Formats: sequence, C-alpha cells, structure tokens
Amino acid sequence: MSEVETQNKRKQLYKSNTPLLMQGNEACAWGALAAGCMFFGGYPITPSTEIAEMLARYLPQIGGHFIQMEDEIASIASVIGASVAGAKSMTATSGPGFSLMQENLGYAYMAEVPCVVVNVQRGGPSTGLPTKVAQGEMMQAKWGTHGDYFPIVLVPSSVKECFDLTIRAFNLSEKFRSPVVVLSDEVLGHMREIVSLPPQDELEIITCTRPNEPPEWYRHFEITPDYLSPMASFGEGYRFHLTGLTHDEYGFPTSKQKEIVDKLEKLRLKTARHIDEIADVRLDLMDDAHIMVLAYGSTARAARQAIRIARKKRFKVGMVQPLTIWPFPDDIVGRLLEKVDLVIVPELNQGQIIGEVKRLCQRHIKIVGLNRFDGELITPAQIVDKIKEERP
Amino acid sequence: MDQMSNVTHKYLRPKKSFPNVWCPGCGIGIAMGAMIRAIDGLGLDKNQVAVVSGIGCTARIPVYLDFNTLHTTHGRPLAFATGVKLANPKMKVIVVSGDGDLLAIGGNHFIHAARRNMDITCILVNNYIYGMTGGQYSPTTPFKKLSSTGPYGMIEQSFDPAELARTAGATFVARGTVFHASQLSRLMSQAINRHGFSFVEVISNCHTQYGRLNREGSAVKMIQWQKDHAVPVSVAAKKTPEELEDKFITGVLYEQEKPGYVEEYQKIIDRFSRESTESMVRVTES
Ligand SMILES: Cc1ncc(C[n+]2csc(CCOP(=O)(O)OP(=O)(O)O)c2C)c(N)n1
Ligand code: SF4
Repeated sequence: MSEVETQNKRKQLYKSNTPLLMQGNEACAWGALAAGCMFFGGYPITPSTEIAEMLARYLPQIGGHFIQMEDEIASIASVIGASVAGAKSMTATSGPGFSLMQENLGYAYMAEVPCVVVNVQRGGPSTGLPTKVAQGEMMQAKWGTHGDYFPIVLVPSSVKECFDLTIRAFNLSEKFRSPVVVLSDEVLGHMREIVSLPPQDELEIITCTRPNEPPEWYRHFEITPDYLSPMASFGEGYRFHLTGLTHDEYGFPTSKQKEIVDKLEKLRLKTARHIDEIADVRLDLMDDAHIMVLAYGSTARAARQAIRIARKKRFKVGMVQPLTIWPFPDDIVGRLLEKVDLVIVPELNQGQIIGEVKRLCQRHIKIVGLNRFDGELITPAQIVDKIKEERP
Repeated sequence: MDQMSNVTHKYLRPKKSFPNVWCPGCGIGIAMGAMIRAIDGLGLDKNQVAVVSGIGCTARIPVYLDFNTLHTTHGRPLAFATGVKLANPKMKVIVVSGDGDLLAIGGNHFIHAARRNMDITCILVNNYIYGMTGGQYSPTTPFKKLSSTGPYGMIEQSFDPAELARTAGATFVARGTVFHASQLSRLMSQAINRHGFSFVEVISNCHTQYGRLNREGSAVKMIQWQKDHAVPVSVAAKKTPEELEDKFITGVLYEQEKPGYVEEYQKIIDRFSRESTESMVRVTES
C-alpha cells in the first residue's frame, strides 16, 4: 500500500468531532493509529489485550502489520526491528510481560530506537491480581532494565488522556529516539468514557528528523548541539550498524573512554536538555493551596474530586498531577513544595512516587502516603479523610 | 583466490577497523565469506539486505558487513528480524546466529519463526559450544564431550538443528561445512533466494574452546574432521544407518512450498486496498 493510500485509509477509519463511547485501551489504539503507528508486535495479557485486538483488526486496513509473537521478549524485539526498518511501532502489555521486555527495552535505549510500550498495570508482583488495578510499576518503568539510562514515561488518567498521551508518546519517542512507556492501568484500560476525538489534521504528529547528508558522511548517533541525532532507517541507503554494545557516533562498538562517556552522557542530556518540553504537569487549585495532593493515573481521578470536597470544608488544598512521571518534573514540583506544608501522595502501591516528593523537599514538612494495594481504587472519601486526619 | 577476496572486500565496511574479533583459524570468517559470495552471486542491492544477529562470536559477523546491520541481544535475532521484515517486506533479511544463541536462549523464537514460515534466511554457525563466553556446553554439544560447565562430559542429549528446523516448519533446510566453502556458498545462495523460512546449518570449528577442551587439535585438524565426516545427501541415500552413525549429511536436506506469514498478510492488506475501510465499527456512538 502506498503512503498516500495509507493516509486515505487512516482518514476513512478515523472519526472526529463525534461523541464516541470507548475504553481506555481502545483510546490507546486510536491514538497509536492517529500518530502513524504501522507495526504492532504483542502477546496477549489482561488487562491490555484489547489494544492488540484493535490493532490486529485495523493495521492491515491501512497497510500496516500486526503480529502476535511467541512471548513479550519477542514482541518488543519485533517492535524494535520494525522501528529500525522505518515503521512507527508499538506494543502493549501488563506487569509480567513488561518484566519480560526489560532487557530489550534496554537495547532500544542504548541503540536509540523509537518505540512505544503501553503497560496497562495490574496487581503484582508475579501473576498478582490479573484483573485488578494497581500502580506497581512506577519505579520499574524508571529502573527496570540494567545500566544507566533516562526513560520517558507518561501516565494518563482518563480515556481521552489515553488517546492524547499515546500520540504524545509516539511524538516524544520520535523526537528523542527513545522508547516511551505509557503507564496506564486496569481501570483506565477497561473503563468507558465519552470522548470526541480532534480532527486528524489538528493533531501534532512528529517524525524524527531525517539526515540530509550523503550516506558516506552519515553518523547514526551524531552528537549534535541539542543531543538529538537525525535518523535514517534500514533500506534508505545509509547502511548503518546498530548494536547494544557501547558505540561511537557511527554505531560501531567502542572501548575508548571518551567515546563511552560521550555516548552515555548523550543518553542523559538528550532528555535533560529538553526537560521543559517533556515535562507535563497539570495543576488544579494550587494557586492558594497549603496542602498538596500529588496524584497520577486513575488515582488522580479520585484526587480531583477529593480536593473539591475538601475545599468546601475550607481546606486549602490543591492537586499536582504529573502526566509525564519520568523524567520526574523536579523543577515544577520542587517550586510548588515551597508553598505548602502538607503533601499527600495517594498511590495504588506501598509508596513509590512519594520517594520523589521526599527527595525534592528541602524543608521539614509532612509528606504522607495514602496507599491501597488490594486491587481497588482509592476513593475521594479516603483522600478527604486523610486530609482531615492530618489537619484536624 | 584473488578474485574471491576482491568480491569479499566489496562488502566489507571501509570504516570498520580490522582485525576482527575472531581467533585465527576460526570457521566463522569462512562462513561469513561464503555468505558474502552468495549475496554477491545473487546480485542483491546492498541497501535492500539486512543482516541481523544476537550475541556470541558468530553474532559479530554483521559489524564488518556493508549492509543494514543489526547486532541485537542474546538469542533474539529472529524476533528482531521478524519486525524488520514486516516493516519492510521488500528487504532480504538474513539472521546469523550461534548454537547457543539460536537454540538455547533463542530456541523458542527459532521454532516459531520456522513455524510461521517467516520470510527470513537463518544461518546457524554450529561449533558445538559457547565460544564467546569460554566453552560452556550448548544444546548441540555431543553426548560425553567436555565443556567448561560439563567438566565430566555432556550428560544431556543434543538437538539436531536441521531436523528441528524441518519439524518446526522451515521450508528449506540445508547443511554445509566451513571446509566445503564453495558448496556452503551455493547452499546459502539457494536459501537466500527463497521465500519463507530457510535454514542453513554450518558445521564450524571452535578450536579455542571446544577443540582445546576435547583435545581435538588445531583449527586445521578440526576442519579436516569435517571433511572426513561429511557425507553428501546423494551418497548418504545409498548408505545404511550404521555406516552413517558418526557422520553428518550435507547438502539440501529438505525443501517444500508452504504459505508464509509475509505473503498471507499481504493478501489481507491487498484486500483492504480494494475494499473500503470500516469506520470505528466497534465503538458505539452515543
Ligand atoms: C541474556 C544474556 N545471557 C548471557 C549472555 C552471555 N553470553 C554471551 S555470548 C553467549 C553464548 C554464545 O554462544 P553461541 O551462541 O554458541 O555463539 P558462539 O560464540 O559459539 O559463536 C552467552 C551465554 C548474554 N550476553 N546475554
Ligand atoms: S572462541 Fe571459538 S568461536 Fe569464538 S572466535 Fe575463537 S575459535 Fe571462533
């Protein structure tokens, strides 16, 4: 199928400005299609499977490819291979599958291959609670693979955000030539909400800059002033080499100290130097707040309601919701922490992101977790009660 | 000979500094040369060839070659290659792998790529041992043979890789040796020229690990062993099982036409290119 034909087919599929009732997982799949995803390799696992099922159905209709691989190790490998060969690529999974993907995810960080991984979180460790919600992989998404690397991880909290952040994940992965993880969860994945998708031509779709020099001069990992290297794909005449070994700017393995340091620093600096563009924090009633509720994902839904209830009871409370959780929005959260004297961090785990808040806080204020890990959501009432308990 | 090396040079990377990582006398270089001549003989466009490998001595082949090259993680080259092929079905995708890489850690990917009849040429350099990590036993280490992790001799049964490929669904299966380099090149050429999952097992020598541990002598002696133990398919047909007991058969072992993933998927795409696309059918309007 030609590129024009693909575009036409994509337009036929996509329906904008119409209220549609859809699941978070479906919204992820539509986001992927809208972002230009042309390859999905995956392995079934609850509660993520609907994403695979949707793309199995729709990808061939636009000339893309779907394959159900033999496991999640193979899934992410196929996704990386497809990306290297020029297709915007993605996989979706849940806890156990995300664990299996870690080694090859590390490969993609090292070899700077764009791709998107959606992890629809469920209870863990191990098989845990397959059909129940959790936010257990907040730290795994940051530190899951071995070595020193700097991942980009996004966390939606509604069906519409599943759509938006999947597109954003593709855009960031292209721009920064890196895997981007979307940490959804069981509730978001399966919950249905009415959304109206924006027209396709109003969406911002980013594709990695292409090299304009002749192949002989091309350096696939060129260290540029902004640390972002143009990207060629297999089959375009550049014939570059990719390896998970530490490599020079051409991609050839190196053991020269300077080249090792340059490479590893590039992995850090390409996100660190663009943190303002990557960071995405939603603030709610924070202007005059003395109490901060920092919440993300499906927990943020309860928090949003909770702060409104608490405001009616005269608590000066606001909410901070990082939509980009990694790199953690240090500057934004750090500044806000200076204005409050109580922070509540509700999480569907035994305390993961609260560690980041404590790390950033320079003053002696109370930072307390509200943790639930029985497979159920934190309710607005629980958050309100927590506020009352800490501020009697 | 001169002509041969001229051909080889055309496909080596000018920027990649030699010497290579391999021990002098290692069969991997011969296998690489045979592969280059096969590709050259087929007149393939360098830009349309991808060579994918995992981890190991064999897996270092791609870095020297002037193609689209992908050196991946241990055991996973076929899974990466599957993505490359599906994203760019025009490309010739060749996987080079060691016996540990392909059949131990990568065994699952191997049988499934074969089962799908995925359009990939898979070249196994079988040296009966883990070369790179220092001589640990692999799924092809023969019974009783010594290895660094089997110091009392191999007590596991081994895989016959070609037989495994065939039963898993490969549609072309061949075996050659690094001693019979010209034949090897011809087998590789046939494999690369086909659709579907084509598999070539290359019997090779790792004198540094396997040879040393099992007192099988120098590279030359080990390659000589290949000459003495290889029986061409046509000759083998006339021999009794007893006569073939410590021998291995070389040549094209199996060939069959079967639908493969890439072409079957293309049929689905083609169907949609004729028909109109459905529109968000599963989403209920409210
Ligand atoms: C996940 C993982 N486990 C283990 C290793 C270590 N390792 C590197 S190469 C290798 C074995 C290679 O043997 P083989 O595939 O037979 O190739 P050869 O070196 O003999 O060509 C192992 C175990 C690794 N790189 N990655
Ligand atoms: S260790 Fe063995 S397989 Fe590896 S290069 Fe040396 S001889 Fe070849």
